Amino acid sequence: MAANGGALLKVKNVEVIYDHVILVLKGVSFDVPEGGIVALLGANGAGKTTTLKAISNLLRSERGDVTKGSIEYLGERVDQLSSNDLVKKGVIQVMEGRHCFEHLTVEENLLTGAYTRRDGRAEIYKDLELVYDYFPLLKDRRRSQAGYTSGGEQQMTALGRALMARPKMILLDEPSLGLAPQLVEEIFDIVRRLNEDEGVTFLLAEQNTNMALKYADYGYILENGRIVMDGEAATLRENEDVKEFYLGLSSGKRKSYRDVKHYRRRKRWLA
Amino acid sequence: MDFLYSVTADPVLQIVEDPVFFLQIILEGLMAGVMYSLVALGFCLIYKASGVFNFAQGVMMVLAVMCMVTVYDAGFGILLALLVAMVFMVGLSFAIERVVLRPMVNQPQIILFMATIGLAFFLEGFGEFIFGGSSQKIVPTEALHIGRDALLIPMFGSEIRLQQLDLTAGVCAALLVATLALFFQKTTVGRALRAVADDHQAALSVGIPLRSMWVIVWSVAGLVALVTGIMWGASSSVDFSLVLIAMKAFPVLILGGFTSVPGVIVGGLIIGVGEKVAELYWGDALGGSIEEWFAYVLALVFLMFRPQGLFGEKIIERV
Repeated sequence: MAANGGALLKVKNVEVIYDHVILVLKGVSFDVPEGGIVALLGANGAGKTTTLKAISNLLRSERGDVTKGSIEYLGERVDQLSSNDLVKKGVIQVMEGRHCFEHLTVEENLLTGAYTRRDGRAEIYKDLELVYDYFPLLKDRRRSQAGYTSGGEQQMTALGRALMARPKMILLDEPSLGLAPQLVEEIFDIVRRLNEDEGVTFLLAEQNTNMALKYADYGYILENGRIVMDGEAATLRENEDVKEFYLGLSSGKRKSYRDVKHYRRRKRWLA
Repeated sequence: MDFLYSVTADPVLQIVEDPVFFLQIILEGLMAGVMYSLVALGFCLIYKASGVFNFAQGVMMVLAVMCMVTVYDAGFGILLALLVAMVFMVGLSFAIERVVLRPMVNQPQIILFMATIGLAFFLEGFGEFIFGGSSQKIVPTEALHIGRDALLIPMFGSEIRLQQLDLTAGVCAALLVATLALFFQKTTVGRALRAVADDHQAALSVGIPLRSMWVIVWSVAGLVALVTGIMWGASSSVDFSLVLIAMKAFPVLILGGFTSVPGVIVGGLIIGVGEKVAELYWGDALGGSIEEWFAYVLALVFLMFRPQGLFGEKIIERV
């Protein structure tokens, strides 16, 4: 790791094209340090999900292709691996919109997360208890079909399922989607605890900039398939532009529409 | 009035007059039902794990038994013949995964369904090319220890006949279903297969390798097809017209639910008994040949009132 400059994951100048024509990522580069929580921020269609799927290699099943650049994990190129191999290496994605197996019970959902593990039943069931420690709610619902549980419980199931693979790194896509603010906070608290206690590295794609910057160490802002800004989470939170465009806080006086347009144009040039 | 009498009172009177005959009919219906269930089982497996309705299941059944019989007729032992047929079916699954399914990942189900229709036609031609199309083949029942006699069970001073072949089919079906139920509910691979059925993408994301899952489930369906083919072949002879039996699997699946192994069995039994009883007691009144359409009409009624079938997975919709 030292040889890799401390970065667990290095994404270098990645370009993604869907269906051979639609250019979605236009050269995205960033690093995720081991043990960190890094946030990818941006509006709808900015390319957050595509970036995560490019890393976890789920793109190919959606007719997307990484056409340029490289993705290195632990100093090794992983962009040609199957998602199955990548999970074995310790990178797992929690997809946007939960994607639980609805006809399986909550517990069966969790156990499918351990599919790639070969360290025996005892170890797997030990981790199941660990997941229940983090999500006591799931223990009560363990026998219910996941399709009938609430949105919050499904998000917990999806996160717990990823944990069952004993990952080094979780790619977490939009965990706040469709959840009440209180629940969002609860999920993020658990993310932080997992990060601190279990040493899981997180790469987080979020629209909820406020929440993400509160829990992440470092943030990258994506716009139109490019990274337009990055910095320590604390710095980004104080940045005037981030406040204005992503946190919805303006500096008091109302700006005229012309200024805004001018600003957007300038930003595109900078990118 | 005559018509009313013949559809309501008359059948009941007939049943009361000769209850042993009625039992005999029920028994025959059950045995026919088991045979339908066996056919439907293969469809059910593939549908469960990949959401694909495999139109080629009927052809796979014929190919499996053709392969077995051909090897046996060439003078090899029955065990070797069975083994070769199994290997053939597993090999076929690998080929189907590579050539048909892999390029179609993440396509809508209807496209996969169309692909299996194409596969069915291809396999039929391919089978005729390898095993010869015209000649009918006979399943070596003696070598397989399937009796051809009928057992006579005394009942109320009369007798009920039970074909040994039917009995064997029933036992085979029971064993298959029990094994499959255990496999799907209790094993890691079974659980992963159910996960794949629910959500391909999510299954990929947790590291379940879709390709090997498909090979596994098509292989299992191929083995079920072999057993089914032997049973059906033993009751008549083996040729490609057996493919048509697969048509009987549709109503069974609709009745039992596409995703349920026990449902397939119950559905098959209901249809088997239903059509035999309807034919014998209501046949004259309704103009005969009820057996031909009974199953399909029943399926239609089910589609109207319970589209997921008796035991099918409910379509979960959160509101």
